[in-house]
Amino acid sequence: MQTGTFIRRTATALALTAAMALPSGAFAAAESSDPIKLTLHDWTGQLITTQLMGEVLKKAGYNVEYVQADYLAQFAGLESGDLHVAMEIWETTGRDAMDAATATGKVENLGPTGMKAKEEWWYPEYMKEKCPGLPNWEALKDEACAEAFATAETAPKGRYLGGPVTWGGYDDERVEALELPFEVIHAGTDAALFAELESAYQRKAPIMLWIYAPHWAPAKYKGEWVEFPEYTKECYSDPKWGSNPDAQYDCGKPFGEIWKVSWAGLKDKWPGAHKAITAFTVNNDEMGAMISAVDLDGKTVDAVVADWMGANEARWSAWIK
Amino acid sequence: MGAPAQAQNNTQPGEAEASARRRRGAVLAWGVAIAAFVVFWQFGKPLAAWAFKYPKAYAIPAQAWISSGMKWLLNEATFGLFTFLDLTRFTAAMIDIPYKLALSLLSTGFLQGQGSGAVQLLPPVSWIAVIAIVALLGWHAGGRRLALLVAGCFAFLAMFGQWDSAMVTLASILVAVPIGVVLGLLLGIVAYRWPALERAIIPLLDLMQTIPVFAYLVPILFLFGFGPTAAVVATLIYALPPMTRVTILALRQVPSEVIDLGNMVGCTPRQMTWRVMVPSAKDSLMVGVNQVIMLSLNMVIIASMIGAGGLGFDVLAALRRLDIGAGLEAGMAIVALAIALDRLSQAYAYRIAKPHHETAANKGFVARHPYTVGALAFVAVTMAIGLAVPAVQDYPDGLKVSTGPFFSDVVGWINVNFFDVLEGMKNALLLNVMVPAKRLLLDLPWFGVVVLLAFAGYRLGGWRLAATIGALSFLIAATRQWEKAMITVYLCGSSVVLAALIGIPIGVLVAERDRAWRVVQVIIDTLQTLPSFVYLMPAVMLFRVGDFTAMIAVVAYAVAPAIRYTVLGLKGVDPRLIEAGKAMGCTPWQLLSRIRLKLAFPEIMLGLNQTIMFALSMLVITALVGTRDLGQEVYIALTKADTGRGLVAGLAVAFIGIIADRLISAGARRVRQSLGLA
Repeated sequence: MQTGTFIRRTATALALTAAMALPSGAFAAAESSDPIKLTLHDWTGQLITTQLMGEVLKKAGYNVEYVQADYLAQFAGLESGDLHVAMEIWETTGRDAMDAATATGKVENLGPTGMKAKEEWWYPEYMKEKCPGLPNWEALKDEACAEAFATAETAPKGRYLGGPVTWGGYDDERVEALELPFEVIHAGTDAALFAELESAYQRKAPIMLWIYAPHWAPAKYKGEWVEFPEYTKECYSDPKWGSNPDAQYDCGKPFGEIWKVSWAGLKDKWPGAHKAITAFTVNNDEMGAMISAVDLDGKTVDAVVADWMGANEARWSAWIK
Repeated sequence: MGAPAQAQNNTQPGEAEASARRRRGAVLAWGVAIAAFVVFWQFGKPLAAWAFKYPKAYAIPAQAWISSGMKWLLNEATFGLFTFLDLTRFTAAMIDIPYKLALSLLSTGFLQGQGSGAVQLLPPVSWIAVIAIVALLGWHAGGRRLALLVAGCFAFLAMFGQWDSAMVTLASILVAVPIGVVLGLLLGIVAYRWPALERAIIPLLDLMQTIPVFAYLVPILFLFGFGPTAAVVATLIYALPPMTRVTILALRQVPSEVIDLGNMVGCTPRQMTWRVMVPSAKDSLMVGVNQVIMLSLNMVIIASMIGAGGLGFDVLAALRRLDIGAGLEAGMAIVALAIALDRLSQAYAYRIAKPHHETAANKGFVARHPYTVGALAFVAVTMAIGLAVPAVQDYPDGLKVSTGPFFSDVVGWINVNFFDVLEGMKNALLLNVMVPAKRLLLDLPWFGVVVLLAFAGYRLGGWRLAATIGALSFLIAATRQWEKAMITVYLCGSSVVLAALIGIPIGVLVAERDRAWRVVQVIIDTLQTLPSFVYLMPAVMLFRVGDFTAMIAVVAYAVAPAIRYTVLGLKGVDPRLIEAGKAMGCTPWQLLSRIRLKLAFPEIMLGLNQTIMFALSMLVITALVGTRDLGQEVYIALTKADTGRGLVAGLAVAFIGIIADRLISAGARRVRQSLGLA
């Protein structure tokens, strides 16, 4: 106890003395020198996107702070101004939360990141032997093919491992509408999703599951996405559209933008940063390569971000002009 | 006094006859109740459909009430001078001060400015100095062995490259634990001094411990802002109740002679509390401190989801990229921290319990505080050297070790070679036991179950208990959580049965073998503090997503109290009774079944009770592998930031826990009475 108090007192005293001696940091931009808080989530792609943005803002002279926050819980912080920028809100999984937040007027959508979220049913390449009609979705209607994907609990139906319930995705409805002999099992997290894929891939065992990109999985495992009838707005809203005249969702999942959002006060407090974040874009291929470099080759996020900054100076300097 | 008297009573002929009559009556009453229930279940559906599915029109809109109540708190609630939100934000700012300080000391160093514009004025305490300080603490508290153990735990953190994250976690623990201890203590004293308040506080503590953390995470984020402070608040809610419980218990156990003495020398109530009661209850209170530390460490993963960072974040991130080895290393780092802090706090508890007299009043400062001076000297010296030699300040990268892909390879090997065997076992259990149990539970009429539970409450504890249990189970149905609640009961129930089947025999086996018990203790300590996420993902690889995997995770966590309390109960059996049994020529089996297990029964029941609580607290984690129970409902509500939905489901979990707790406690009390133990 006494040790603690003593250290604390000494340290505070030291800190105070030093604080008085040093001038406060100077910034290139004549805007607020408070830190802009960017949120970090728990998947690599998002860490890379956010740190790219953060490094660019630092080059422009802004003060940047990274804060770890949950993907959906962060909207509470963005609304109150405790957090300022979230770099990856996926059309496919974050749209509802984002719309609810922007509707309050306290959160602003800063436009697309340039990356496109792809989400669909996916199978490893070796499954093509057992179900040769793939990737065309109609092959799945064949009972022998569906049974190739079955487990004891679902037999004779095939087993499709969907995303967490919170992701939505309308897979139960899709199976019904397209009359697929499959049972939808929901994984609770994407970690569980990829744990199953890794397990099945090691044994060359059958598996059909929800995979999304940009992600390291399509780079690590060889396989394909099932080709469903292409998504249109009418397919989800109008039962008459598509092969099943009585049901919606008789098509694939939508491709979607990945959006950048911010606290609505960002524009007034740091107008230059607001401009730079709005201008930020990268594409899927670039991001896929960077994610693989981190998750599969074991490089650090910092190193990968630094490489990109070195190779793309012309691009990012245009954002902060 | 009571025990022998009762035993004598039981042997009187009239008494024995009366007790046999009572037993027959009980069997008859139960038989009638269950028969009525089965008849109603089988034939009642056409007559009373409402009893099978709660009618929507009569549902209690608790979700909407809670959500609008929350809105009111956030936007309108005010105390005149300041709003409710101002109050909570102020609280958050107050918690932030010590947190920032601890973080600066241990992790970031003292900074000028914020964010990337910050300049480091003073580096954090170096890794060598931290290890030296904890070793000195260990020495001070428990001698050389403890010093070595604690230093070893911290060296493990450095060697496995977990230092930076571990210090972030340690900083939040160092803030949460003292606040939790002080608040818990105050609440306990309040409850002790004003029994009327105690009746209000105890149910509140029950709720705090049984509502899943995810359920109140959203309101906490709104009220306390985003970041480590909110995580500390969430940790407090979860970790504080045992401190209060222990305080109440400890104060009650203060010998009446001590209180009399206090009265005689004319203590004021305040002096009585702080000078007499609290000091003499000190060693029991340390048990509460220990519990607060352990539960705070349990919260590390969840706290990291709302911005606490640290080891919890590393575990989550590693498992998201399926790096099992890295996840395990970060998880073991949490265990190492837990062991170090646990052993330190226990040693201090022991030290306080054994007062020692020092005659150091007239010695110099150094002589009086050798440990403090030693620690400070170390900090100063390493800081000075650290400026010149970076390896002293930060653990050198080159010396870090890692298990690398070893554990991923092990899991992969098991997966490739043994999957079919595991799959066969799993399917047999799933198709023959678990799935039928689930169907059965889902089929039962809610009304019948409510009545039957109330009946059980009446038989075991009288009308009051019957009313409590009936009301709680009715509320689950009335808020339309019944179906999910039944899946919860099925998942937790089958896990508890399995945990008891594994835990009680292990407890019996090791209770008399001290060395084996020490080994088992280390294993269950590890299982309790290792974040379950670490073994959840390998379990998914081997058993796929689904109820079975969830059950494994629950059993792994909930088996600990089943073992612990069995051992506690068996060790507590009066050795004279065992001697008596031996003298009468009992075989070892008879000794076990007729004497030891019977007398340990109340403790074993208490263990079962705790097993159920532990199983319920794992629900939220198992939601991460795709169960469809109340835990999943809470999780969905969290991701949708829906306060009402989350809290209603969370309360339903709490109600299940409270119902089980009350019934088991009442049952155990009756058994204890009939054994003449109470």
